[in-house]
Amino acid sequence: MTTKYTDDHEWINIEDHEAAVVGITLHAQDALGDIVFVELPEVGKTFKMGEVAGVVESVKAAADIHMPASGEIVEVNEDLRKDPSLANRDPMGNGWFFKVHLTNMAEFDQLMDGPDYDSMLAKS
Amino acid sequence: MTEPVLHQTPLYALHLELGAKMTPFAGYEMPVSYPGGIIAEHKQCRSSAALFDVSHMGQVRLLGGDADRALESLIPVDVVGLATGRQRYGFFTNANGGILDDLMITRRESDLLLVVNAARKAVDIAHLTTNIGHRCIVDPLPERALLALQGPKAAQALARLAPGASALTFMSGGVFTLLDAECFVTRSGYTGEDGFEISVPAKRAVALARALLAQPEVGPAGLGARDTLRLEAGLCLYGNDIDTNTTPVEAGLGWAIQKVRRAGGARAGGYPGARVIDAQFTTGVMNKRVGLVGLERVPVRDGAPIVDARGHRLGHVTSGTLAPSVNVPIAMAYLASNHAALNHEVQAVVRDRRWPMRVTAMPFVAHRYQR
Repeated sequence: MTTKYTDDHEWINIEDHEAAVVGITLHAQDALGDIVFVELPEVGKTFKMGEVAGVVESVKAAADIHMPASGEIVEVNEDLRKDPSLANRDPMGNGWFFKVHLTNMAEFDQLMDGPDYDSMLAKS
Repeated sequence: MTEPVLHQTPLYALHLELGAKMTPFAGYEMPVSYPGGIIAEHKQCRSSAALFDVSHMGQVRLLGGDADRALESLIPVDVVGLATGRQRYGFFTNANGGILDDLMITRRESDLLLVVNAARKAVDIAHLTTNIGHRCIVDPLPERALLALQGPKAAQALARLAPGASALTFMSGGVFTLLDAECFVTRSGYTGEDGFEISVPAKRAVALARALLAQPEVGPAGLGARDTLRLEAGLCLYGNDIDTNTTPVEAGLGWAIQKVRRAGGARAGGYPGARVIDAQFTTGVMNKRVGLVGLERVPVRDGAPIVDARGHRLGHVTSGTLAPSVNVPIAMAYLASNHAALNHEVQAVVRDRRWPMRVTAMPFVAHRYQR
């Protein structure tokens, strides 16, 4: 199992590359504050790396969810749609956004690993 | 690029100590929220009491026997008729009847105390000095901090420090000694709840804030909760819901212009834009501020276009959020007047999709002032 991170504070976790899991980081949920709404992509839709695949909104702001690496949406988290605060309480676990079938593993490989992401946060 | 230097209020270190998330606002580094988060702080204020640092706002006093009449030359509000110890809401207008800023005015024993928006205070002070500086003394009070204690239990919390303050009624004020500091306390605020605003010497502000936060009813709240609370209360945010392009009549603030200052009144007109505003009272306005409630659970924020069923533009949203108390999307918008009737259904455009909203009376959450 490998978890990688984007500049936009998404994480993507590959247990199985038929269905990599995508969510927002602990830092992202903290910066947003109380999350009250998510817009999730349609299952079956494909997105290129970096394209907007969803939206997360807190009381005070809205932010785009970018596709960490190109692929097709295979599942979305209906529990998160019903209770968006899951993304605050458990951003790396039950607060996941969608699962994606990656079409280009090279894109995944070039994303940051945990220590790289932490050092990016430390510099910001 | 150099970062602009941000001012700090006297409570800055206390905010950091409380774990606040800080943000630049109107040239100040201010707390958005504390570790509890905006929703918890919002609910704290609606259910008990919350303490806000509003020291970034401008406090200015006007001194001299002609100060009230002089101020009436800049605002369409009855200041001459304001009794000592009473407070009134008002706004500075421009020659087009647009709103330069909104403010609170209190007549004290020996002066008029004005509280203006942080982002506008330099402009306001220059406006006052230029236009009425020859008729009264315009005296800014940067050495005073301002704390807002808001919520249904604000009075019982404050009573332990100032037993007399609970005798104040909504929109009145007086001098009280809090922890040996001479404070000017008004029973007012901008949350829709009962509460107080306390003007305190800056040097005593931290001690007073700590003493208030030590009361079991009170928790700290930041600008995030202040915004959701005022929006639920239907109160305008300058720069969003009112500005130089909106008149008081369009903004639905005609109630703040007393009869004595309207056409036919004893002191009618005499302020910038009076002709425009009086004409609008008579003939109505093309666009006006309304409240909207979302019929789907999608937040609609400022800037969102409002359209009719055929997609024709009717106006736009000026403030909006998912309301923490009522748990539905609420917004303020300017709409063409023929679409502004209560219960009229319109559509908000959010990310190229349309969501139904209904024109609704404001406030969205009932005011609970202590009159």
